[in-house]
Amino acid sequence: MLRLALAYLRDRPLTTALNVLLLAISVAMLVLLLQFGSQASERFERDAEGIDLVVGAKGSPLQLILSSVFHIDQPTGNIPNSSLELLRNDPAVARVTPLALGDNFDGYRIVGTDQTFLVLHGARLAEGESFEHPMEAVMGAKVAEATGATLGQQFIGSHGLEDDEDNDSGHDHSPFRVTGILAPTGGVIDRLILTSVESVWEVHGIEHDHDHDGEEGHEHEGDEHADEAEHHEHEEHDHAFLVPGPAAGPVHLRQAVFDPSDTEALFRPAHHTEEHSEETAATQAVSGYEDRAPALQDRRAELEPELTALLVTYRNASGAIRIPAMINRQTEMQSAVPAVETARLLELLGASLDGIRIFAWLLALTGGLAIFVALINMARNREGDLALLRVMGASRVQVFATVILEGVVTAALGAAVGWLAAHGLITIARRSFPTLGDLGLTPWQPVAAEAGLIAAVLAIGALAALVPALKVYRIDPARTLARA
Amino acid sequence: MLLTVREVGKAYDGRSVLSDISFSLNAGENALLLGPSGSGKSTLLNIVCGLQKPDAGSVEVDGELVAAADRSANSDLVRKRAMGIIFQTLRLVSALSVRANLALAQRLQAGSVDHEMIDDVIERLGIAHRASARPFELSQGEAQRAAIARALVVRPKLLIADEPTSALDRTNTETVAKMLFEAAQEAGATLLVATHDDRLRPFFERTFSLENGRLQPC
Ligand SMILES: Nc1ncnc2c1ncn2[C@@H]1O[C@H](COP(=O)(O)OP(=O)(O)O)[C@@H](O)[C@H]1O
Ligand SMILES: [Mg+2]
Repeated sequence: MLRLALAYLRDRPLTTALNVLLLAISVAMLVLLLQFGSQASERFERDAEGIDLVVGAKGSPLQLILSSVFHIDQPTGNIPNSSLELLRNDPAVARVTPLALGDNFDGYRIVGTDQTFLVLHGARLAEGESFEHPMEAVMGAKVAEATGATLGQQFIGSHGLEDDEDNDSGHDHSPFRVTGILAPTGGVIDRLILTSVESVWEVHGIEHDHDHDGEEGHEHEGDEHADEAEHHEHEEHDHAFLVPGPAAGPVHLRQAVFDPSDTEALFRPAHHTEEHSEETAATQAVSGYEDRAPALQDRRAELEPELTALLVTYRNASGAIRIPAMINRQTEMQSAVPAVETARLLELLGASLDGIRIFAWLLALTGGLAIFVALINMARNREGDLALLRVMGASRVQVFATVILEGVVTAALGAAVGWLAAHGLITIARRSFPTLGDLGLTPWQPVAAEAGLIAAVLAIGALAALVPALKVYRIDPARTLARA
Repeated sequence: MLLTVREVGKAYDGRSVLSDISFSLNAGENALLLGPSGSGKSTLLNIVCGLQKPDAGSVEVDGELVAAADRSANSDLVRKRAMGIIFQTLRLVSALSVRANLALAQRLQAGSVDHEMIDDVIERLGIAHRASARPFELSQGEAQRAAIARALVVRPKLLIADEPTSALDRTNTETVAKMLFEAAQEAGATLLVATHDDRLRPFFERTFSLENGRLQPC
């Protein structure tokens, strides 16, 4: 019977192809939606795992979560360093991870934090050691892969959180040294560069009570190679690696006039200092960076060591009740719950995708309708054939099943083609836009809901075939065959 | 007796088409049912096949009741097991090749496909080279043979053909009639052919003529 159903489908290739195409397009759209939805939520869940609360500067709570949990938006501002102790001393808090953001290297965010950040994201070192002293940095797997970083290499962070070709404002005076590379986790940490909070402060010339051992050496070397640095300035940009190898110091550093007590130096890019020492240029630069990276470049940062956000894990449930209220009422900070914000974000995302989803289902129903029309015609044209089958001994149920099978096979073909197309599309999209891969979009990762979707499409096929099949079921073979 | 028709009567809307029809055929015998158009030949064959219910009387094939005025006959099963039917309009499934048509009949009627037998039958009927052709690609004569082949591959005890030559020219008519006759003989099947064409008479052992609803042996 299946063979007969297939033969009938092959017998009218155009109609079949059209029906398959209609269903395939709708299935492809629905699978894509599912994939984006599930992979986004899965990713959100994984990155936010273990983070019960995020404390940061007042502003949009969603922005706070996006910037400090998923590292995709600008931070809301800064919070005093003292907040860390305030929360650490709370009995309901199990763990507080500080975050100090503000710079990037080659577009990858440099996160000032402590070792708890690695624990929080379940990260393991693939090579080397974790950061310990100031200006030591650990690279996420993706960062290391993309930049080709190796242990001991030095690099200079750039202002702001995104790679900006025009923004040639490296912190030339304080290069980082790679001490470790993380094993891939599939989470956001793969795309981050981790260092101590102190390093971030140091880069921005913020005074803090920590004795740093590497700083002076860098500056000397920087002076030595200033000429060479100027020479290479334009082709090397700031994300270029300095001399590779653990022993060598930075070879070409641009000259940086650095004085921790000079507030302006915080905002002044190195080459601006060289080329235009006029007051106006510096002021322009200041306003420019304030827009781009409000974190540690904020005016309020001044010389006070500040943090961008705190990731809080509760010890017990009482924290969830008391701490957010305490933060929001008694401090100048705000607290946001990742679970709540991601749920809201997904809802938002979902709402905007609903339109497409409805369209896709309408398309699927159109496909079903097309199958229905094709099969009704078929039932009329093949009445004789089917009556003959009955005369040769096929049961009513078998003849009925032939028609249902035709509908289901068409739907199955549509579903298969659509599914393959969707996943193929993700593969192609990923290859053309590597960021999609960074965002964790994996091409061949079917989700359970896809099975439901395919079942639904098969049901549409079966349903579309039901009426024609019933028509065939009721055929009186003798009377049909008696008609010439 | 392989086929026994007993006192069969049939009326459409009160108009009698068949009345008190009785005859019987031995295994391997062949017979021609002759009568003008509208005389009730197709109706009688349908009743013999168990496709239509008689108003009176009964039909037995190979000792089993295939048609009766009451509901007691197991028509579908008997037909499936014992009969090969050649329809006036052939009724080949156009979506399938000749071979697939034959295989489908075997699967439905015999339960399994016997490719050797199919090869053998199409070889004998001279359409082996057309095995993979679709019905609409066949000439009328080839299509006729394909329909005969399909009735033969199910190893029928009773081979029934309704106007098998009505669409054929004179030479083809004779060829097909001879072919039917020989194929039935080789298969050891009882053959019953209905036609209005007098020319077929010489090929058959027995002839019944149907007129005004009554059967007259001649
Ligand atoms: N289903 C039917 N309903 C009503 N009248 C029918 C039906 N089938 C056949 N008849 C009539 O019965 C008569 C015999 O028809 P049929 O058996 O087809 O004759 P033949 O095959 O000898 O030409 C004709 O007058 C035909 O019009
Ligand atoms: Mg007739």
